[in-house]
Amino acid sequence: MTTLKRKDFATDQEVRWCPGCGDYSILANVQGVMPDLGMPREKIVFVSGIGCSSRFPYYMNTYGFHSIHGRAPAIATGISATRPDLKVFVITGDGDGLSIGGNHLIHAMRRNANLTIVLFNNQIYGLTKGQYSPTSEVGKVTKSTPSGSLDYPFNPVSVALGAEATFVARSIDTEREHLSRMVELAARHEGTSFIEVYQNCNIFNDGAFDILKDAPEANQIRLEHGQPIRFGNDHERGVYLRPDGMLELVAVADVGEENILVHDAHREDPALAFMLSRLAHTPHGPTPIGLFRQVSRPVYGLEMERQVDAAVQQKGEGDLAKLIAGPDPWEVGAPTAG
Amino acid sequence: MGTKTVQRLDQVTIRFAGDSGDGMQLTGDRFTSVTAQVGNDLATLPDFPAEIRAPAGSLPGVSGFQLHFADHDILTPGDAPDVLVAMNPAALRTNLDDLTPGGTLVVNSDAFTRGNLKKAHYDSNPLEDDTLSEYRVFQVPITTLTVGALEDHPLSSKDKQRAKNMFALGLMSWMYSRPLEPTEEWVRTKFKRHPEIADGNITALRAGWAFGETTEMFTHTYEVAPATLPPGRYRQITGNQALAYGLVAAGVRSGLPVFLGSYPITPASDILHELSKHKNFGVRTFQAEDEISAIGAALGASFAGNLAVTTTSGPGVALKGETIGLAVSVELPLLIVNIQRGGPSTGLPTKTEQSDLLQAMYGRNGEAPVPIVAASAPGDCFDAALEAARIAIRYRTPVMLLSDGYLANGAEPWRLPEVDDLPDLAAEVRFADAPNAGDEFWPFQRDPVTLARPWAIPGTAGLEHRIGGLEKADGKGGISYDPDNHHRMTELRAAKVAGIAADIPPLTVDGDEGAELLVIGWGSTYGPIRAAVRRVRKRGYKVARAHLRHLNPFPANTGEVVSQFGKVLVPEMNMGQLRLLLRGTFLVDAQGYNRVAGLPFTTAELEEAIISCIESTTPGNGSGNGAVT
Repeated sequence: MTTLKRKDFATDQEVRWCPGCGDYSILANVQGVMPDLGMPREKIVFVSGIGCSSRFPYYMNTYGFHSIHGRAPAIATGISATRPDLKVFVITGDGDGLSIGGNHLIHAMRRNANLTIVLFNNQIYGLTKGQYSPTSEVGKVTKSTPSGSLDYPFNPVSVALGAEATFVARSIDTEREHLSRMVELAARHEGTSFIEVYQNCNIFNDGAFDILKDAPEANQIRLEHGQPIRFGNDHERGVYLRPDGMLELVAVADVGEENILVHDAHREDPALAFMLSRLAHTPHGPTPIGLFRQVSRPVYGLEMERQVDAAVQQKGEGDLAKLIAGPDPWEVGAPTAG
Repeated sequence: MGTKTVQRLDQVTIRFAGDSGDGMQLTGDRFTSVTAQVGNDLATLPDFPAEIRAPAGSLPGVSGFQLHFADHDILTPGDAPDVLVAMNPAALRTNLDDLTPGGTLVVNSDAFTRGNLKKAHYDSNPLEDDTLSEYRVFQVPITTLTVGALEDHPLSSKDKQRAKNMFALGLMSWMYSRPLEPTEEWVRTKFKRHPEIADGNITALRAGWAFGETTEMFTHTYEVAPATLPPGRYRQITGNQALAYGLVAAGVRSGLPVFLGSYPITPASDILHELSKHKNFGVRTFQAEDEISAIGAALGASFAGNLAVTTTSGPGVALKGETIGLAVSVELPLLIVNIQRGGPSTGLPTKTEQSDLLQAMYGRNGEAPVPIVAASAPGDCFDAALEAARIAIRYRTPVMLLSDGYLANGAEPWRLPEVDDLPDLAAEVRFADAPNAGDEFWPFQRDPVTLARPWAIPGTAGLEHRIGGLEKADGKGGISYDPDNHHRMTELRAAKVAGIAADIPPLTVDGDEGAELLVIGWGSTYGPIRAAVRRVRKRGYKVARAHLRHLNPFPANTGEVVSQFGKVLVPEMNMGQLRLLLRGTFLVDAQGYNRVAGLPFTTAELEEAIISCIESTTPGNGSGNGAVT
């Protein structure tokens, strides 16, 4: 196979996101990761729902399906469950994935279908021109909430961990190196991998993640498996597991280096990962970024294939004539003359 | 056969009725199975409540099973039972009105306790007053006799009482000269791991038979000779079973793996259950989190190269509407199976109706034509599934396959087709494997004959392409907002579906020379309409009859056929949906006979409706809606 390059994954379609949109950098990143996966283009499928992010498949020179609002995980499950040879991506947003399609998203994750789900979280509805989304903060003033939104928001990583997704990560549109690493890790995961990407909508919700972008050392808590969870300009702060079972952001000096929590992304139990996700309900202060959880669990499509193979082993290839005849057919003879 | 007089009958309709915990469906099913094996023609009508176990003894908890069997070919499960087996007062109260005058009534007298009588709203015991005076009544203490027969068996007293349905089955088997051996064998297989339960049931079954044989209560047994069905191999089959087998057959004959995405719903769930048993045919079943996911996964599977199916009932179709529209837009094969039930909303989940025709036709946003195929009888569900699959694959389109609760659960003898004679669908698959526009691949470059687009599945190198619900440029398939292109694509999608008319058999008329009235129907009214037309002819009237298997498009000659007659009558278990389509499409003054009572039409009511239509002097007197009386 000839080695593919990033440009081999670009299409001739004119990219139609607003100038300055965070989606551009996510697209460039994903296209950039594709050659490293070593998969031929025809084995890759991008499925999306509706929303700004969901235009994504048109810009990927692979197989693609731009479907209907919220349903991409369902459609992608049908593809991946029947074709374990394919690498299937789902591109969704906070409205598509967590509002209208929330049910499909959580069920895809619990089922562990072989899907890489990238959720672009800009905390706003962009394509419908600026209503609050299920990740918008309480009090958000938008066209549909002139007096401020009353809805309590979802934390997408908490939702994914609650659904016991086997791979859960978070990254940021402008953090190129980190985002590429997360996308590649997710794409190589067997089962459902979920990445939340903080994505700036410069038209309707500009600057939503500036606090993380302007002061990355102070406000990005980078999770690295096997490493103590520390942050700050001089790594002077860290995550401490208190004797009462709660996590707390502390000054390392106050508790001692040896008492800073060491991140274990491969713990079977999702509870500690969930607690990490609760360190910031919304990105308005120090917020964990990186791989929260990666564990191994039977993959839906492979298990389905295993059951089919086992049935063939056990009963032999299906014999249609035998099946339709059932256990007790009877003969009706030609009427005898006279 | 013993010492009693044997009387020959040409047909019998028998109904078993009891509490939903009394095992009446099983009793009816076993009686049916044996009846099929002795060679009678038959049709069945299970009728059960939506509640799994309504309070014992209550009126809503009554479950019934009606079986019509004969020494000739029959078309319906019978209008009214000649024989009613009532296991408790509630079953008697809810079914007695249907019993033919002078009919035979077998009651479990043990169940007529003060408590049960009260639950059935009887002020006095109908076994003791004159309520039953016009029937031949056999009071049998079935519970006592069953428990007595099982005295030495190591079963709990509850299990002994539960075997009373087997006693009733044994008694009725004796009365109608049905052998016990097939049921005994069935019981032994079913309770292989619990031989004591198998023994108990068989003892109760034999005790019922022996009771009939020895007691002086009964003086006659009856025989119904085998019917002269066309020669061949037969089996007994329900509509849902036949439909599931039809889907498996479509997979085998197309060479495509079958994928079913489904969410449990009455009365369609049995298809999911059945298909999940046949993984060795490469069938994959997916029980989704909801109806939308079920069809979504199916559409994804279709994109990936499977024969994709979703099964549901009307409320599920309502939820799937947006995805059906997407399937119309992306032009991928997909079968949507609707086992219709009473509506609107949750309606009557366990009762039959055919009121989703207009939903199938129009239940989507935008101009979204979908071909529609409807099954006419339980066994026909097999062929209808194959036909729906043929259209879906050949034309790259979602197809709506309509059945209903009556067909789904009703059983009949089914002549087995030869597998080699089934339609060959492999030739219709034609996966795209090469560029079709110079060195490019255009996903909406159509076949000039069928107007179908190429089906290029992921994994095919060089044909990578994107599809979606946005309007696509004719041919090349990229997003297009061009006004003329949208109009052209709308016309192309419509022309593709309309063109199927050239590819289906013409509408045939079963007609008397000089008949002025055409009776036309669709779906499960096929049997009742045919039976009624037979009777009307026997009474000396002339009448023509036609049945529509394809509802969209109609067969090419439909307009010509319906315009030939002075009067057109459309009996439907809805308020006039086909009638609206025929009127709107062909400008004919079609009249309706419409009833939504949750049950199939009786032959008698259709007979009256047809005669009333023939005798009326104005074509408009068929009555637009409601009864033709």
